[in-house]
Amino acid sequence: MSILHTVNKSPFERNALESCLRFAAKGASVLLFEDGVYAVVKGTSAEGQVKAALEDLDVYVLGPDLKARGFSEGRVIEGIKIVDYAGFVDLAAENDKVQAWL
Amino acid sequence: MTEIVKKFLYLNRKAPYGTIYAWESLEVVLIGAAFDQEVRLLFVDDGVYQLTKGQDTSGIGMKNFSPTYRTLGDYEVKSIYVHRESLESRGLTQDDLVQIAWEDWESGEEKENIVEVVDAADVTELMEGSDVIFSF
Repeated sequence: MSILHTVNKSPFERNALESCLRFAAKGASVLLFEDGVYAVVKGTSAEGQVKAALEDLDVYVLGPDLKARGFSEGRVIEGIKIVDYAGFVDLAAENDKVQAWL
Repeated sequence: MTEIVKKFLYLNRKAPYGTIYAWESLEVVLIGAAFDQEVRLLFVDDGVYQLTKGQDTSGIGMKNFSPTYRTLGDYEVKSIYVHRESLESRGLTQDDLVQIAWEDWESGEEKENIVEVVDAADVTELMEGSDVIFSF
């Protein structure tokens, strides 16, 4: 049973990402969108947490939300995959369940 | 009529787009500009994200209100402060932020950029030195 975890809150304002990363099973997928995308930017205080997560999880970020907030693909931590809305749908379809960390 | 000029501080702590706070704050600043008060804006915590350069919302179906910040100098806003630690912990520097110019129409005095990065002590002082604080 695979789960797609989604996080749409800033890691600097809420603990949604932290809880998600703590409870997600090895090999699960995590998609960051809306204010959740701030976690994928290089050089933030959340970078260590995100890099550690990449060892066990597949991490994705929604490109349009990143672009809306002024961040180019070059600012994204290596290993994180950038997807568009169709990619979001594919992830939801490929996994058995979607767990939204609101 | 002698007008009482108060010091208004707008304290912004939310990222744009994820919630309506940033947009609402900007609306209130623009409305308040009509009242000829001394207006300062302060960006702390996720509020610093409101000023990032290059925002392009074409892919998310929302209005990009970031160009409006660059016009604040024309709305009697003379000072815009950004908390240094909030920027740094988000991997940002002043180069990532928009520049906001200011010009006094009467005296012709000009400033190329009124966005200033300040320390925590300055934030405290700003709050203490303001008559009214609007928090968003």
